[in-house]
Amino acid sequence: MSAQKSLMGRFRESDFLYDFKRSPVTVVSFVIVVMLILLAVFADLVAPTNPFDAGSLNLMNGFTPPMQPNAFTGETFYLGTDDQGRDLLSAIIFGLRVSLFVGLTAVILAMVLGVSLGLIAGYRGGWVDSLIMRAADIQVTFPSILIAMLIFGIARGLLPPHMRDELAITVLIIAIGLSEWVPFARTVRGTTMVEKEKEYVQAARLIGLGSGQIMLRHILPNVLSPVLVIATITLALAIIAEATLSFLGVGAPPTEPSLGTLIRIGQDFLFSGEWWILLFPAATLLALALSVNLLGDWLRDILNPRLK
Amino acid sequence: MSDFIRVEQLSRRFDLSEPWLVRMIYRKPRRFLDAVDNVSFAIERGKTYALVGESGSGKSTIARIAVGLLGPSSGRILIDGHNLHDRGLSEAEHRRIRQRLQMVFQSPYASLNPRWRVGNILAEPLRTFSLVDGRQAEQKRVNELLEQVGLSASDARRFPHEFSGGQRQRISIARALASRPDFIVCDEPTSALDVSVQAQVLNLLKELQRDLGLTYLFITHDLAVVRVMAHTIGVLKSGQLVEEQDTATLIESPKSDYTKMLIRSAPRIRDDRPIIN
Repeated sequence: MSAQKSLMGRFRESDFLYDFKRSPVTVVSFVIVVMLILLAVFADLVAPTNPFDAGSLNLMNGFTPPMQPNAFTGETFYLGTDDQGRDLLSAIIFGLRVSLFVGLTAVILAMVLGVSLGLIAGYRGGWVDSLIMRAADIQVTFPSILIAMLIFGIARGLLPPHMRDELAITVLIIAIGLSEWVPFARTVRGTTMVEKEKEYVQAARLIGLGSGQIMLRHILPNVLSPVLVIATITLALAIIAEATLSFLGVGAPPTEPSLGTLIRIGQDFLFSGEWWILLFPAATLLALALSVNLLGDWLRDILNPRLK
Repeated sequence: MSDFIRVEQLSRRFDLSEPWLVRMIYRKPRRFLDAVDNVSFAIERGKTYALVGESGSGKSTIARIAVGLLGPSSGRILIDGHNLHDRGLSEAEHRRIRQRLQMVFQSPYASLNPRWRVGNILAEPLRTFSLVDGRQAEQKRVNELLEQVGLSASDARRFPHEFSGGQRQRISIARALASRPDFIVCDEPTSALDVSVQAQVLNLLKELQRDLGLTYLFITHDLAVVRVMAHTIGVLKSGQLVEEQDTATLIESPKSDYTKMLIRSAPRIRDDRPIIN
């Protein structure tokens, strides 16, 4: 009880909070990210309609401009509707949920993979290190979106047709996760190589602890702070990658549209004057990716003592 | 005459060659470094043996081999009659030997995991060797260890960065004591500390030796430390033992030129040379 209080007290007096409050850009970014995450989590409660419920859609509502009553049904939509008569605001909220879910899980996958490989490469050294790091080198030569598309393509080729849509999201997560592990592995490998020479690791080896235990219990906690920064920046990248893949039509299926899918749909109608179908999802994506990125930048500056 | 540890014709060679491909392209030969070259000595139970020598003379390599962190290239180390590096030993036998060997490291800053509380640092060897049953016994033993090195039981909840260099070295010593070892290798345990703190740490080590009958292998380049601590001194030069004497004899009448030079070069408090700044 008292320990928790002192933790809160320490947080209130910390440099972290002080620096945070001093940077208005960061505060705004943080508020935007938190709002968007809350919207995504409580999409069912917040969204005016459920865009996935095909029965509630009225084709007559199609192409309603924002804040104007529909010519046939008289219904008004805050952000207008798309070609199917789907309420754009609801579609964006639910799309946000897909985008954030895919982004977050992909980053977690990339992080687990990258941190584990980085730890092993740095701790083992020798040919294991060479093998893992050369694989990383080869991977960064290709743009990550290309790798994600490759993985996506292979998975779709291997899966039976009826499972493709069901597993599209999973495949998307794996594709993005596998294409973003390299920065984690490189950073963790470097820090691990420094940490493993320190005497506390020798002391742990001395009492006969195995490499696995030393890596997990001793080295891992000491290499995690740069990982936090990379995870934040990678989250922005993953969200954009997801949107790009969905925009290209190889990502989230139309039955479960993400922001990228909505942008693709909107793009079809941009030149026929229905600008809102493209603009609002694109603006949401921009706000999300930019805010996450700015948060990541700030975190990187804060956690790097040399920049202070 | 009971030798607790015998080092017999110990050698250790390091391979410093470039990677294979580089050697092939530039036609470079393999390069080796004999860090330890045919060194033999023995330490009696309850005594302190100091290895002195300049940096690069191989003293830390011997320390690492003596606790099993490194293997020897040839030669062997007998701990109470058991060969430390015997591959034929079972895991349980290895554990039993390992439990009797501990090490105190040079840097008080790098030798404690910065993310662990002191209590956990001290409890780790207890858990690994299953020396205590249950949380309460563990806590009791941790407190006992802290008090043994002159810290208080409440320090168990703190993190290493909350302590001074001397206090951290005490924590290192407490961790070394946790598995109730017979033999502790001290690798320059005081070289990173202030002189006043050095004396306290050395006194603590001496007290512990007296109370627990510990055998020490002391690695140092500081002759002042050696004089207080060691019963016997071995002088190392480029991996070879050039002289071995009991402390008083070695300091009063060193035989080899290298030892004479080492003693001459040790700084003294009283110095007739003018101070130039």
